[in-house]
Amino acid sequence: MNAVTHHTLPNGLTVLLQEQHAAPVTTAWTFYRVGARNEVSGITGASHWVEHMMFKGTPKFGKGVIDVLTSKNGGYNNGLTDLDYTCYLFTLPSERIQLALDILADLMANATFDADEVESERTVIISEREGNENNPAYQLYEEVNATAYHVHPYHQPVIGWQSDLRAMTRDDLFRHYRTYYAPNNAIVVVVGDFETNAMMQQVEQYFGAFQGKSSQPSVRSVEPPQESERRVLLEKAGTTAYFRAVYHTPEATHADMPALIMLDSILSGGKGMSFFGGGVGLNKSSRLYRALVESELAADVSSGYGFNHDPSLFEVGATVREGRSLQEVEDAVFAELERIADKSPKPAELAKAVKQTRAQFAYATERVSSVAYLLGVLECIHSYNDLNIFTERLAAVTPQDVQRVAQTYLKKSNRTVGWFNPVVSSQ
Amino acid sequence: MPSLPSPENITRVELPNGSVVLVYENHASPSVIVRGHLRAGSLFDPDDLPGVAAFTAEVVERGTESRSFQDIAEETESVGAAVGVGAGVHLVGFSAKGLSEDLKLLLEILSDILQHPTFPKDEIERVRGEILTSLREREDSTGAMAQLAFRALAYPKHPYGRDSLGTLASVSAIKRKDLMQFYRQYYRPQGMQIAVVGDVNASAVVALARKYFGKWNVKGMPPSFAIPPVKPLNKLKRKHIKMKNKIQSDVIFGAPALPRTHPDFLAAEMADVILGEFGMMGRLGDNVRDRLGLAYYARTQLEGAPGPGAWSAYAGVNPQNVDTAVEAMLSELRRIQDEPVSNEELDDVKDYATGIQPLRLESNDGIAAALLDMEFYNLGLDYLQRLPSLVRAVTPEQVQSAAQKYLNTETYALVVAGP
Repeated sequence: MNAVTHHTLPNGLTVLLQEQHAAPVTTAWTFYRVGARNEVSGITGASHWVEHMMFKGTPKFGKGVIDVLTSKNGGYNNGLTDLDYTCYLFTLPSERIQLALDILADLMANATFDADEVESERTVIISEREGNENNPAYQLYEEVNATAYHVHPYHQPVIGWQSDLRAMTRDDLFRHYRTYYAPNNAIVVVVGDFETNAMMQQVEQYFGAFQGKSSQPSVRSVEPPQESERRVLLEKAGTTAYFRAVYHTPEATHADMPALIMLDSILSGGKGMSFFGGGVGLNKSSRLYRALVESELAADVSSGYGFNHDPSLFEVGATVREGRSLQEVEDAVFAELERIADKSPKPAELAKAVKQTRAQFAYATERVSSVAYLLGVLECIHSYNDLNIFTERLAAVTPQDVQRVAQTYLKKSNRTVGWFNPVVSSQ
Repeated sequence: MPSLPSPENITRVELPNGSVVLVYENHASPSVIVRGHLRAGSLFDPDDLPGVAAFTAEVVERGTESRSFQDIAEETESVGAAVGVGAGVHLVGFSAKGLSEDLKLLLEILSDILQHPTFPKDEIERVRGEILTSLREREDSTGAMAQLAFRALAYPKHPYGRDSLGTLASVSAIKRKDLMQFYRQYYRPQGMQIAVVGDVNASAVVALARKYFGKWNVKGMPPSFAIPPVKPLNKLKRKHIKMKNKIQSDVIFGAPALPRTHPDFLAAEMADVILGEFGMMGRLGDNVRDRLGLAYYARTQLEGAPGPGAWSAYAGVNPQNVDTAVEAMLSELRRIQDEPVSNEELDDVKDYATGIQPLRLESNDGIAAALLDMEFYNLGLDYLQRLPSLVRAVTPEQVQSAAQKYLNTETYALVVAGP
């Protein structure tokens, strides 16, 4: 990977720059350390709604202007909100990237939050939520998550609960914005076809004048250890049955994380590293695929590790094949998880998992947007530099490490199991 | 810094068996993609057995004379590579992506899958169950059901109106001999196009392509690729698919428009960008989402296809807002027919259409798709160099006239799927 320049401005803003000259394209991002994690009961979904309000304008860039300017300059933009962060990205032909810096800086302090625009966006976000609710797999995801977390705010979905979306006010949103949007709570990432010194000067010029704010409220709630299995049963109209099981696992910086990533690869293949595409599916030779899909119990199966600021979840999900039962799928999933806890994997399985990660990493670096996303997320959670030592850490994992984390975390008492059981035809 | 793909830097070779190989070197990342297609899509499904093309594409990668499905998965995934085959309406697409050090393996396996599939009985049953499950899942998706019913209404008795995945009945009835017969008839090198893009040496790629695909010969001529004529709709057709368990409705309306190679296509495409893409989902997004707050998504889509693809508008809305949203979308469609776009708005859209090219061509996948597009539609390998001047030449009158001619706001098909 090309060298990354890391610099902190006097106002506390973290800046990460990486030159990539393969294509005449540059991407610029701001990350804020705020997401569902920072929301309390009554304002769930505030971070995501604040993200939507950015595109409703500032005094300098009026409503709709940001999108029009992005398009006419041959670029694209987006905003993303997750559990731990909110981010904004602009990818443009390199010679136009100043526009992105200008807009991103303006959004740090000057979004208008016009009351009428807040109302019109309320129904847009409710429509986004209702689109999700149309999908039974989403319903199961939300229910299982909320059951696994009783106390910590990861309990709530990023989009927020319906009642909060109906009740939240303009001032709730504006307060959230003013609290968390500050240079000392933000990271600027620029990756692409530029010269580092000149770009650093530009970033300082656009972002240097903002004042840092007193520190943001910390997240107090800590999820207590789970002591017995929890179960969720959704019996609703539908056509297909879905299975989901989650296990509490530690935060991203924990020493067990590399072994959990290897465990996930062995169970269902190494994962793509970016939702900007380019990754490939590597699931068909994995243990879960053989046990669930080859055996004709499920139409598909997947697993995933949570990579978050606070303790997260390891998950397994499956779509039950026509004519098979949730119980059969559940039994087969748990048998596979017990197998790896009982006997350490072969060294060859680990070597394969490491090569898969190396390949997915190469695919992710084809696009400047993917690289910037990876750097920003890692810096939000801990340090961008984790990317450099990522493959090294994975290569150091032993078969015994994988077995040990399977024994430690994939325990019955630590799991929440969800079934979506379709009861009547939807027609 | 590499320039755009052009006749100078694309290597194009026609093999004696009628296939075409395109190579573009991009050394930015140590990876490579192989992407190609054959003329074996659902267009060729027998009328009484929809779903054969899609089923065949799934099964060819499930075992060859020398490899089982698990051998193929293990060989590719153990080096972090993936191969896949899938059917569309016109074409069967195949792809392989991996680290460039493994290119030889990728080409060898792709050629093995395409030339020596054995259609193992147990794999056919596995695939059948997976397709049946996805057909059942689809019955519970408002978006998918609305699309499906829309196509059937807009293209009656035409392959474009068919269900590519098949039906519960047809997929249950398809036999091994149907798949093998479809394979024998349509999988052949004539008309096959392959693009290889990534950290590779072009002449080495051509040599490998000759080695693995050059000996593939199938007797006889490939079937005609002519698209049957499409009858314009003579009245407005509406359909409501009742899905009582849903919270939101998906609505889509539109009609057949024009082929990708029609001289008016670019002007129509510009109208489509204005309506549903520029800024945040174009004029539709501006009106239905930003102004009225009715929907998270509302946009248009103009399909580029060898025959007249559909030009449609769609949105996901609360069931009580369906009529309001349709009216708002229709009013935008009528406005672009009634009022010429201003020079200023059109210039912005032209800047977008030309400026966005480097972003689309940033990755190997994007370049491979562009190469295949140029080859399949005979656009010429200098198309990306010519595109800016073609775009600049489009006038407001041409945009308006394309909207009047091809955007059907009177006799269209409209489907709502939801409560």
